[in-house]
Amino acid sequence: MSTTPTTAARPASRLGLKERYGMMTRDLGWETTYQSMDDVFPFDQFEGIKIHDWDKWEDPFRLTMEAYWKFQGEKEKKLYAIIDAFQQNNGQFNISDPRYLNTLKLFLTGVSPLEYAAHRGYAMAGRSFRGVGPRVACQMQSIDELRHAQTQFHTISHFNKYFHGLHDPQHMFDRVWYLSVPKSYFEDAMSAGPFEFVTAISFSFEYVLTNLLFMPFMSGAAYNGDMATVTFGFSAQSDESRHMTLGLEIVKFMLEQDPANVPIVQKWVDKWFWRGYRLLTLVSMMMDYMLPKRVMSWSEAWEMYFEKNGGALFEDLSRYGIRMPKYHEVAAKEKSRLSHEAWAVFNGYGHAADFNTWVPKPDEMAWLSEKYPETFDRLYRPRFEWLAEQEKRNGKMWRNPTLPMLCQTCQVPCLFTEPDDPTTICLRETSYHGMKYHFCSDGCKDIFEDEPEKYVQAWLPVHQIYQGNCFPEGADPTAPGFDPLAEVLKYYHMVPGADSGDFNTSPDRMNWERWTGQDLSDPAQPPEPAPKAA
Amino acid sequence: MTLVALKPGYTGTVADSEDRFHGKRLIYLCWDYHLLFSAPLCIPLPPDLPFGALIDTVLPGAYGSHPDFAQIDWQKVQWFESGRPFTPDLSRSLADNGLVHKTVIRFRTPGLNGLQGSCS
Repeated sequence: MSTTPTTAARPASRLGLKERYGMMTRDLGWETTYQSMDDVFPFDQFEGIKIHDWDKWEDPFRLTMEAYWKFQGEKEKKLYAIIDAFQQNNGQFNISDPRYLNTLKLFLTGVSPLEYAAHRGYAMAGRSFRGVGPRVACQMQSIDELRHAQTQFHTISHFNKYFHGLHDPQHMFDRVWYLSVPKSYFEDAMSAGPFEFVTAISFSFEYVLTNLLFMPFMSGAAYNGDMATVTFGFSAQSDESRHMTLGLEIVKFMLEQDPANVPIVQKWVDKWFWRGYRLLTLVSMMMDYMLPKRVMSWSEAWEMYFEKNGGALFEDLSRYGIRMPKYHEVAAKEKSRLSHEAWAVFNGYGHAADFNTWVPKPDEMAWLSEKYPETFDRLYRPRFEWLAEQEKRNGKMWRNPTLPMLCQTCQVPCLFTEPDDPTTICLRETSYHGMKYHFCSDGCKDIFEDEPEKYVQAWLPVHQIYQGNCFPEGADPTAPGFDPLAEVLKYYHMVPGADSGDFNTSPDRMNWERWTGQDLSDPAQPPEPAPKAA
Repeated sequence: MTLVALKPGYTGTVADSEDRFHGKRLIYLCWDYHLLFSAPLCIPLPPDLPFGALIDTVLPGAYGSHPDFAQIDWQKVQWFESGRPFTPDLSRSLADNGLVHKTVIRFRTPGLNGLQGSCS
């Protein structure tokens, strides 16, 4: 039965972009009356940031939730179509070299869980801000981050069907010694107030340092034939530009609202630059040592993305009274050593990492000499050549049998050398309530001394192992023949020699040769003895 | 102010106090100019361990794989505690040598500068 009215009312004209934006974002908030705004939003004042007019917040993208769902849905469709095609075409065998897989393992266990942590962090920050503009921006970013975590897990899970070390990233993230570096970084931010959180993640990380994280991973994937990872990189890219804009916006908003905010923001910029930079140590070694086909050196990336681009940004912010982050000059001094010092640590402790490790090959050492003429041949080549010789002689890599000392703040092993002396380990020390605390740098010591009550609580994996907190349930450290390392690896859900250990004797390498018919033995080296027929 | 916190007077639980290490204390060791050991080592040791036993029983397991280790003349080793030169009494315990929980001991071995003199 048709009930079509003969005289339809004229539909209201469609709202313009600006009106729709206004109604679908700003108009969704209100001044509370049953409870005071201070009681409803108890977290946005204790950090000392003064906001006089939340409406001064600018939303550069003017994105409504309605439009947001539509855009994201389109991107998902494209992404999953490509992932399907990648899987059907056995795309995992098109990568340059199976050593490349270890960068994926680093990414999946060290970065993807950070996306999930960011999802939680932005949900909390969004709830904490009484202004509607930042609340909506945080809500979108929170959903973005969840989407990124999910697409990364989905993309990389395909590799998990074929290769080791990819089976339990979230479990490992919460336990494995070196993964406490990214974990503690994010938990430091999440346990601060909402303004510090967004300065830490949106500004210092997303705006200042993100290019140094995503460029190496995504370009590295492209250079090494991993089109699945490139695709999620593209799918996340438009979100990332929105996040970067949010980062700059939040900092400018705080700086413009009250002059008393400037020193607080500067302190956070200093702190989070340094914490972010220390986290990027892992990226530096990935760029110089782990990517079989290299994009650029860490030193070149630092110059381009921080010294040049970051320099211009801070010049721009100087009109607000913000200067370059403290200790940026130390980072410049370290750029020709960082990756070598870090990869040496993973050569020493690769038996307990969740990916395979190796000594650089002769042609790779030649590349390193070329990129690092001041340091590589003098300081690092003798070490790697000695390690290569040990591996050749013993059929396995040399490993360091004793656990390392960690920095109380960044939790990286104290591997960094003095800013002006690349031959001496840099150590700094302080005392708090009668106990000694140690740091890898002045930057990390300053952060501790500003808020010691926070960092005395740090869950340092090495100390936790020695306290007996990193063994599987039921393990008895007093039993005869107790093997602490084996038990720790069980607690990590790692199979030694497969998920961890030497690449050259790994099942990943053996399987790769079996499945692809390629011979991975180094032509410069004598061939390995062929197994004798029975 | 020791923490910017919502709750005034907030304090955290100290994660690494000495009582949590089953009667041992953490000692950090750094053999200068031997960066094959790419970070200082962290070892839990009984406070009553004689310093001489540290040299004879602990260090060989930790550093013995380095070709320089066998050549160390222990009479000539220079010891530093928290950056200050110090002369250990080998017959006395770590505690009696004043080495508290989480002390850093650095040592230098004159004439031995790592693999091919590279400080590795």
